[in-house]
Amino acid sequence: MPAVQDTIDRVKLIDVDQYKYGFETEIEMEKPAIGLTEDTVRYISDRKNEPAWLLEWRLDAYKRWLTMREPDWSRVDYPGIKYDEIYYYAAPKANAGPMSLDDIDPEILKTYEKLGIPLREVEALEGVQTRSNIAVDAVFDSVSVATTFKAELAKAGVLFMPISEAVHEHPELVQKYLGSVVPATDNFFATLNSAVFSDGSFVYIPPGVRCPMELSTYFRINERNTGQFERTLIIADKGSYVSYLEGCTAPRRDENQLHAAVVELVTLDDAEIKYSTVQNWFPGDAEGKGGIYNFVTKRGDCRGKNSIITWTQVETGSAITWKYPSCILRGDGSRGEFYSIAISNGKQQVDSGTKMIHLGKNTTSRVISKGIAAGRSDNTYRGLISAHRRATNARNFTNCDSLLIGDQCGAHTVPYLESNNASAVFEHEATTSKISDDQKFYCMQRGLGEEEAVALIVNGFVKDVLQQLPMEFAVEAQKLISISLEGSVG
Amino acid sequence: MIEIKNLVVQIEDNRILNGLDLKVADGEVAAIMGPNGSGKSTLSYVIAGKEDYEVLDGEVLLDGENILEMDAAERAAAGVFLAFQYPLEIPGVGTMTFLKAALNAQRKARGEEPLSTPELIKRVNAAGEVLEIKRDFLKRALNVGFSGGEKKRMEILQMALLEPRFCILDETDSGLDIDALRIVSDGVNKLRDPGRSFLVITHYQRLLNHIVPDTVHVMSAGRIVKSGGKELALELEANGYADYRQLAAE
Ligand SMILES: Nc1ncnc2c1ncn2[C@@H]1O[C@H](COP(=O)(O)OP(=O)(O)O)[C@@H](O)[C@H]1O
Ligand SMILES: [Mg+2]
Repeated sequence: MPAVQDTIDRVKLIDVDQYKYGFETEIEMEKPAIGLTEDTVRYISDRKNEPAWLLEWRLDAYKRWLTMREPDWSRVDYPGIKYDEIYYYAAPKANAGPMSLDDIDPEILKTYEKLGIPLREVEALEGVQTRSNIAVDAVFDSVSVATTFKAELAKAGVLFMPISEAVHEHPELVQKYLGSVVPATDNFFATLNSAVFSDGSFVYIPPGVRCPMELSTYFRINERNTGQFERTLIIADKGSYVSYLEGCTAPRRDENQLHAAVVELVTLDDAEIKYSTVQNWFPGDAEGKGGIYNFVTKRGDCRGKNSIITWTQVETGSAITWKYPSCILRGDGSRGEFYSIAISNGKQQVDSGTKMIHLGKNTTSRVISKGIAAGRSDNTYRGLISAHRRATNARNFTNCDSLLIGDQCGAHTVPYLESNNASAVFEHEATTSKISDDQKFYCMQRGLGEEEAVALIVNGFVKDVLQQLPMEFAVEAQKLISISLEGSVG
Repeated sequence: MIEIKNLVVQIEDNRILNGLDLKVADGEVAAIMGPNGSGKSTLSYVIAGKEDYEVLDGEVLLDGENILEMDAAERAAAGVFLAFQYPLEIPGVGTMTFLKAALNAQRKARGEEPLSTPELIKRVNAAGEVLEIKRDFLKRALNVGFSGGEKKRMEILQMALLEPRFCILDETDSGLDIDALRIVSDGVNKLRDPGRSFLVITHYQRLLNHIVPDTVHVMSAGRIVKSGGKELALELEANGYADYRQLAAE
């Protein structure tokens, strides 16, 4: 059918080549020798002036990692990563310990300005309309360069700072919780991260506190041949609440870059964490050259009773996405939610989903996944729902819908169900559909251009998930969806 | 004025329109009647710019300009509107959202400013009242879970909002009960205007009792085989299409 072919051609042409965050920043960087040895690990730990326990922890992870094999069970295909050709740490030269905004290289500030992130509190306070009143921690390659709204958060007792800083200022919290959700031995990429993690955000919400603003981290990979291994740790103490947003971009490069992050969330009794991601790493060009390899371990532990963890993700970037934000529903009555939009285009490969591990009684979980495949991409939802013997009355509802644009892409659904408790009830719904030529013609007959028509239909398809995002992110995500599908660069 | 000259169209090697000629003057309501499979929907799709059809010969002139070179969205902005025989569902897209996107896309294509949301709502509500469409329908996803009659009314609402130059109604009467038929017909009649022309496709006379045409054309095997005034519709109702099948075969 000519109409279908035309869409495919257009989608092929536009999309990924119009990645608008693909600029590069010229800054002098400080790096260890290329490749990974014990010395690299010591170098990183030394740069951060870390206590001995942390260095030991890293070295243990490193030794463990040497014995592990890269996993190959996911539905992604790539030439092996050459771990000895990566830089494991890169910091802007001027950086020595925590800085005030004035110490930041103006080039970096400019980069974040281009990304639309208000590092300057003044700006934020004066209500730069798009992201007013969001506290931001920005991670540039390996180091955290600024955290805004620190004072205001401190008033509420909220701790929000680079994890490298938290190691010094709140060692008891870091030592207690680091690796308690994703152990250093967890999986190949998480173990690698444990050995070489550079920076990331640390959040602690004290008992009974409702965090007064959205917290946000922006990750940016800038340096060539550099991996990014950030580590995020968020603890919501009893009865507290926080909403956390994460955004990511990277320059366009011909070679692939590795991103292997770990995110750990802990909720104690009656606490709630909402974690939202808009992932827009460089996806590679239309021919599949370059792009980020995104191998990320994200896990939340509903440790306390009646606590809630919600993951919401909009995944539009990366050459490869390998990511399963999960919830361990340990506390009785706890609840896990996963809302996902994963868009693949060009030659992108996505293998993503979630795990809901029901351990406690009366635990509930809900999974809504919307996969959209266009171009020659491959898009897999992989989800595990399990109920432990103790998990009486565990309930899960999973809905996973795939939408195909064109006929050279693929969508797959791989559900795993394990129930060891007879009272557990799992419901699973899945659909696969195509944007029909008739639907598109109908929209065009009313005046919408072809790209607009596709974007409108896709936005309708993902609506249930978009509604889960905080307002400002939802607007951004909507734009991003249009861009990644039609190239109408705004 | 719309003028179709010697239109020859095929799809997958099947010739469907065989040198069709038709003129509809400004302000005129023309009816096309014809048996199932005679090519009525095909004609409406080809005029509106659906792909997949191969136009082997002929022209479709809107005010003298051949629109066959334009894509469907451009034709819509130029004033072509098709009320579908089977309106499509767009899950997750609120009706009001859709209307706003459509209207503003057309305005943009014509170099006009977008319409403000309050003004849009005002116009939609006004059209909705005429067509007895409940307001909460406008919040629902377009056509999703609408009954056949509700979908048809929504088509006419869109027609009213978009103010086209040339409206094609493809079997708008099918699936309508007698009350809905009256409501829809009233809605259409309100839009009759010296600057606007209509092509009303149906194979029942009953719609034409409500929307009274100026001219009636009989279509068979991809051609107009007879044209006349509104009395031609009554004659068809009485005698059927048999004679015209014969005519087309000659
Ligand atoms: N997509 C298609 N592929 C092949 N034949 C088609 C297609 N669409 C319509 N036709 C054929 O074209 C003829 C006219 O169909 P249509 O225009 O729908 O007629 P009508 O609306 O008058 O009932 C029919 O014989 C139908 O089978
Ligand atoms: Mg028909």
